[in-house]
Amino acid sequence: MNINLTIIGQAISFAIFVMFCMKYVWPPITGALAERKKKIADGLDAAERAERDLQLAQEKAVANMRESKEQAAAIIEQANKRANQLVEEAKEQARAEAERIKHAAEAEIEQEVNRAKEALREQVAVLAVAGAEKILEASVDQAAHAKLVDKLAAEL
Amino acid sequence: MASSGDTVTSSEYISHHLTNLTFGYHEKTDSWRFVDTANGVMPGDFGFWAIHVDTMLWSIGLGLFFIWLFKKVAETATAGVPGRLQNFIETIIDFVDDNVKSIFHYKNAVIAPLALTIFVWIFLMNLMDLVPIDWVPYLAQQMGVGYMKIVPTTDPNATLGMAFSVFFLIVYYSIKQKGVGGFLAELSFMPLGKWFLPFNLFLEVVGLLAKPISLALRLFGNMYAGEMIFILIALLPFWAQWFLSVPWAIFHILVITLQAFIFMVLTIVYLAMAHDDH
Repeated sequence: MNINLTIIGQAISFAIFVMFCMKYVWPPITGALAERKKKIADGLDAAERAERDLQLAQEKAVANMRESKEQAAAIIEQANKRANQLVEEAKEQARAEAERIKHAAEAEIEQEVNRAKEALREQVAVLAVAGAEKILEASVDQAAHAKLVDKLAAEL
Repeated sequence: MASSGDTVTSSEYISHHLTNLTFGYHEKTDSWRFVDTANGVMPGDFGFWAIHVDTMLWSIGLGLFFIWLFKKVAETATAGVPGRLQNFIETIIDFVDDNVKSIFHYKNAVIAPLALTIFVWIFLMNLMDLVPIDWVPYLAQQMGVGYMKIVPTTDPNATLGMAFSVFFLIVYYSIKQKGVGGFLAELSFMPLGKWFLPFNLFLEVVGLLAKPISLALRLFGNMYAGEMIFILIALLPFWAQWFLSVPWAIFHILVITLQAFIFMVLTIVYLAMAHDDH
């Protein structure tokens, strides 16, 4: 157990190993450790965010679905209303058309009646004149009588 | 037993196992040579200007192994999924880093790598204690090398070398943090105030010096005692050895780890104290 130069040799090699460790061993490994720690933290963060996003998306999807259902219901209702309206309108139109046709027919009938009356009146005038001629047996002043007969005919 | 064929007494066997492969200038024979007790070149003859070749070889070899292994991982370290080796290395680094962070609250880039080097290097040097004690010395002897102590931490030179390096850092950071005046004031006025200056100085200097000495001798003592017990167990008849050496080796796994850990933690504590401003 002698104290000798070994003590200095050991101190020197110790210093060299420490310096080497300080320069080439410690920084890269602790750097990798720190980086991994950060990566894991980031990963956990991302997972949490994704979960939140998913939940949000699900809520949104449910809301969308409800909204579209409501819209669909509204559209169907509107369509039904419109259909009813159309039927109603058609009925109304038909009724109006029927009315119009009826009126036209009535007008035509009246016209026919008038025309018949006119014809009848003329024939009556002729008949009356002929009758009067026969009654009187003599041809009287045609002009004077025509006026008279026309007056008669107008009175019919 | 170490040498084949020769009869070796117990005390020869023990002292052989406790002798470092010393190389230096041998005054008596006026030559540079290795220790050779059989021919009268005793390890005590060399004085300070000699070196324990085995201690240096094994400690530097293990240090290089540590550096190589960790450098290899550091080069390929990714933030992605770590491999098996990277995972193992990261566990050690995390462990050391946690210890440093819980003890040392200043900003200093040296402390953590220092602690890692201390922990792993000392652990590796201590680990040599678990290699059956006759294997390597026997092999060395077959190759013509007379002595081979493979556990550098059973050599007080190794532990003192590290402890004095730590001591140097303690003094360096004390002065850097507080200035020469602040450091001296801390030594002179601390426990009892300025009227007891010589007493304070004496007490504080002793306390300061006790740090590296205790650091070195604790590690050395533990490892030396452990190795000594392995040597003593090896003196038993071969069929009785496993009965004691196996439990002792298992227990020693705890000791070598614990001693490396203690050296590391105390280094961190001492350096944290050096940064503290009273």
